[in-house]
Amino acid sequence: MDVIVGGGIAGLAIAWRLARSGRPVTVVDPAPCSGASHAAAGMLAPVSEVTYTEEPLLRLGIASLRMWPAFAAELAADAGAASGEPGALVDLREDGTLDVAFSADDLAVLDELAGFMDKLGLRVERLTGRECRRLEPMLSPAVRGGLLAPDDAWVDPRRVTRALRAALDRRGFALIPARVTGLLREAGAVRGVRLAEPYARDLHADRVVLAAGAWSGELADVPVRPVKGQIIRLRSPQPLLTRCVRGMVHGSHVYLVPRGDGELVVGATQEELGFDTRVTAGGVYELLRDAHELVPGVTELELAETIAGLRPGTPDNLPLIGPSGTPGLVLATGHHRGGVLLAPLTAAIVLGEQSELAALCSPERFR
Amino acid sequence: MSDVDELVIAGEKFSSRLIMGTGGAPSLEVLDQALAASGTELTTVAMRRLDPSARGSVLDVLRRRGIKVLPNTAGCFTAGEAVLTARLAREALETNWVKLEVIADERTLLPDPIETFDAAERLVADGFVVLPYIGDDPALARRLEQAGCAAVMPLGSPIGSGLGIRNPHSIELIVEAANVPVILDAGVGTASDAALAMELGCDAVLLATAVTRAQRPELMAAAMADAVRAGRLARLAGRIPRRRYAQASSPGTPLGDYYSVG
Repeated sequence: MDVIVGGGIAGLAIAWRLARSGRPVTVVDPAPCSGASHAAAGMLAPVSEVTYTEEPLLRLGIASLRMWPAFAAELAADAGAASGEPGALVDLREDGTLDVAFSADDLAVLDELAGFMDKLGLRVERLTGRECRRLEPMLSPAVRGGLLAPDDAWVDPRRVTRALRAALDRRGFALIPARVTGLLREAGAVRGVRLAEPYARDLHADRVVLAAGAWSGELADVPVRPVKGQIIRLRSPQPLLTRCVRGMVHGSHVYLVPRGDGELVVGATQEELGFDTRVTAGGVYELLRDAHELVPGVTELELAETIAGLRPGTPDNLPLIGPSGTPGLVLATGHHRGGVLLAPLTAAIVLGEQSELAALCSPERFR
Repeated sequence: MSDVDELVIAGEKFSSRLIMGTGGAPSLEVLDQALAASGTELTTVAMRRLDPSARGSVLDVLRRRGIKVLPNTAGCFTAGEAVLTARLAREALETNWVKLEVIADERTLLPDPIETFDAAERLVADGFVVLPYIGDDPALARRLEQAGCAAVMPLGSPIGSGLGIRNPHSIELIVEAANVPVILDAGVGTASDAALAMELGCDAVLLATAVTRAQRPELMAAAMADAVRAGRLARLAGRIPRRRYAQASSPGTPLGDYYSVG
């Protein structure tokens, strides 16, 4: 039996793919679907998020983005969704990301970025301010120009984890709502996990998959640290935007992710504060201030939710997926800002279906 | 010339005259490589939104490399906030050094001279080693030195602008009058800017964005290290006077005539 530590999007995606392949799986998580997967906006945006020095991450992101439509369709079928658009269950939308700029300085940054993307062979379109506003009329008239990454997409991560649980329920799997206090080690190998009260027992496994997100570093010697992100959810009767919009305001990036039901997600701060998950006045203020600069109409919306999640950060921003070096322990963690995007690829690597990209994520690089 | 040309701030010696900032790096690994390539021995860390006790943060990177941490008060708008931030940093990091940064507005990120001076006085009285970030204002630099600051840090141009040194004359005036180290802070865009700062007589250069947001941060860090060293050597060597017309470097006289000591 495989034991998956962590019932977020990574752990559940792996569990579901394992269950589909006929392997018995147990997921252990005291509060499944409540960590970073619950806070995340769900952008599948490897193109618009590319930065210098991070081309390996781009390769992973693009590979996983391509897997998403089939992943979503199979998930919908397995979760017993009523027929309809295959992506509808998880609100998979493939209308791209629009990155906008307000000043001549930021336009120059966009131009340079466009050149970099072009060199990488990525499909992007440079738009004027008026073209941006024709695509998204609610954008501020102050928008000077933009960069459209038409291949970027997004999902609702909460719907994804809900669908994964439904699919797993239908496949038959065990979920133990317990905290794991440690790994069972025997003769240099991991043989299972120790469960906290009220279970207080050992759970033996052929293989333990550590998918505990920001908490992974508490259970094994892996270079994963929590990176706090505050994110807010606004709600309107009618969607304000038709695609993801992001922009640079006051030197920091803000993004707005629209959902079909009128929800508008605005994120996110990046803070190195350990396991602190307090929502702060400054965090919410900055998100609203920056969102208002991009889309002035946001201040009319209902402020439906404020939340802070913890991204599992690694030193090089690449995930840790694959054999840990300790027999019996496999890692599926360290996804930082890309856990939702990389979920299909993560599962494929753990199942041994993806060897070429696996090397980029290999935990070997930190040993 | 002696091989030893150390930077001394508040009695502490540094063999590198390049002070790094940590903001803007895409990842800790990229930052780590850039810091190594820069050869820096002193690096600023913004204390707002950082838990010094959290594992695996930027502070771990600095500790591992043995780089002295210079906490800064970036993001503060009032003397009150800056003093509070400095005290929290002192408690958390067990250092009484602080780079004092009090910003006037978010658009220009220019330093507020009045709040900065106010905070500097209070921090000096409280036993801090204060390194204030200021505009390129010789009068303010002098007053801060009188107030007991351990160095002054005039800007070359606004933070993150990469516009270089917009008023070299002011920087020269500050250097001329100062009895504490002058550290050029902010505005460096590329290596020649850092070299110019040193040629003007600055004792050190502080930069971050020019490296962390470069296409290849590690390479730019190495370039900055060389530039700071080259600029320093040029300053010590003494440049030739500028002339309007040419002056032949080999005036057609055999070398022997110059050195005919017999």
